[in-house]
Amino acid sequence: MKKMLLILIFMACISTAFAADPEPTAVSNKEAIELVQTHANYLWTLVAAALVFFMQAGFAMVEAGFTRAKNAINIMMKNLMDFSLGSLAYWAVGFGLMFGVTTTGWFGTSGFFLSDFTPGGDPWVLAFWMFQVVFAATAATIVSGAMAERTKFSGYLIYSVIISALVYPIFGSWAWGSLFNGKGWLEGLGFIDFAGSTVVHSVGGWSALAGAIVLGPRIGKYGKDGKIKPILGHNITLAALGVFILWLGWFGFNPGSTTTADKSIAMIFVNTNLAAAAGCTIAMFVSWIKFGKPEVGMSLNGALAGLVAITAGCANVTPSSSIIIGAIAGVLVVFSVLFFDKIKIDDPVGAISVHGVCGAWGTLAAGIFNMEGATLAIVGVQALGIVSCFLWTFPTTFLLFKLISKTIGLRVSPEEELEGLDHAEHGGMAYPDFVQQ
Amino acid sequence: MKKIEAIIKPFKIDDVKDAINELGVKGMTVTEVKGYGRQRGHKEIYRGVEYETNFIPKIKIETVVDASMVEAVIEAIKKSAFTGTVGDGKIFVLTVESATRIRTGEKDKDAL
Repeated sequence: MKKMLLILIFMACISTAFAADPEPTAVSNKEAIELVQTHANYLWTLVAAALVFFMQAGFAMVEAGFTRAKNAINIMMKNLMDFSLGSLAYWAVGFGLMFGVTTTGWFGTSGFFLSDFTPGGDPWVLAFWMFQVVFAATAATIVSGAMAERTKFSGYLIYSVIISALVYPIFGSWAWGSLFNGKGWLEGLGFIDFAGSTVVHSVGGWSALAGAIVLGPRIGKYGKDGKIKPILGHNITLAALGVFILWLGWFGFNPGSTTTADKSIAMIFVNTNLAAAAGCTIAMFVSWIKFGKPEVGMSLNGALAGLVAITAGCANVTPSSSIIIGAIAGVLVVFSVLFFDKIKIDDPVGAISVHGVCGAWGTLAAGIFNMEGATLAIVGVQALGIVSCFLWTFPTTFLLFKLISKTIGLRVSPEEELEGLDHAEHGGMAYPDFVQQ
Repeated sequence: MKKIEAIIKPFKIDDVKDAINELGVKGMTVTEVKGYGRQRGHKEIYRGVEYETNFIPKIKIETVVDASMVEAVIEAIKKSAFTGTVGDGKIFVLTVESATRIRTGEKDKDAL
């Protein structure tokens, strides 16, 4: 009886409490609704950041697979350090240069050491930083593949810090600064590079070109008569796994660049996938026609070429345009790989072709295939962005590699190279149970 | 006692093993090897560049048998490793001086 009475009193209290509240409306709940959206943005941005982080694994596998077993530890160490050292460099210097307050439009000057975050303050800067640091690391790690199997580890570390602290962020500030506190000159002109065909991939690709030129080809890549002698990768299965991982990571790279959980990510997702599929398919057919067999290395590069190419325009072109953009990248990448081989620039994984050349193509295509119409002015600004990226990145990194080469050395000795960097540089073996070539 | 060494196509190893086993041969040693004979090599493509692989993967079988069995074993290997295309392999016969079973110390014929 007493219990019943208590329940009745309790229910009465609840009903009066409800009666006191007015009917909730979208207007009265505005704050709560906005909070849900904010939380969704955080969640999406950080999930995407995790996907992009996983691309490091993809790069590591692609590079290891396309190179010899005696250098596998070295490849792992370079990829590991690109992210680890790169994160610290980007925290200390890079992020401030890229997204700090600027008066000139050429680089930021605030926000170093993540000083934009104060305990208790708005944590958005942390989510944003996390998303940006995985991008910086992607640019850095592209270069590792092109310089594989002959680069001195200490020299590589210096390069890795410089690209994450200076080279990548300064160009990034021109195109993306206004995503946070900055305001770049290039984005002011209307430059379209949604997720970084130029900002990330061409910066990595042109740095790779500089590195491969300064280093020179691997011993044995060219015969005495100058004929190309392929140096076979030791594990095509790993290389293919790497490409699949990168493809997955790109679903964070492109759609995540909204840093907003809204409906626009669906089209970006589809565009990303279609361009990769078209790039891969076309590269396979081109290799089939050209070499008589559907070659795996070119097909894998073709998928990456499509992904790199759609990165700039993934938010402002239609799905059918994405297929064209990816397909053209698939043709470009095959001929580009053959071209660089021919002019004796030794790039074991095709990084220059995939990221440099197809990054440039994708940036141009973002203007040409613009959904809201392409004008000469739009395409012109795209071209300006491509050229300014090359003019900033290539000379800077070329000079950097030359400087490293003249001081602590950029290339290992011929003996060390023949023996393998795993033994010479890291005192270990990735596969101790096997005889190595 | 004779040692029979046969270089065969890798995918023929099971057929050859079964054929020799039927003759009562009690053991063999198998090694993965690479090499070339009259077949030379074949052309392959890596990232758009054609190259020749001279050393083709093969399997080498080694077995030591009593001299009286040699012809039968050769015949069995010949039949079971045959495809009729270039690169089927070769069979070599060598004289063996002695054999010892490590566990029991048995010698020669008893050790096989």
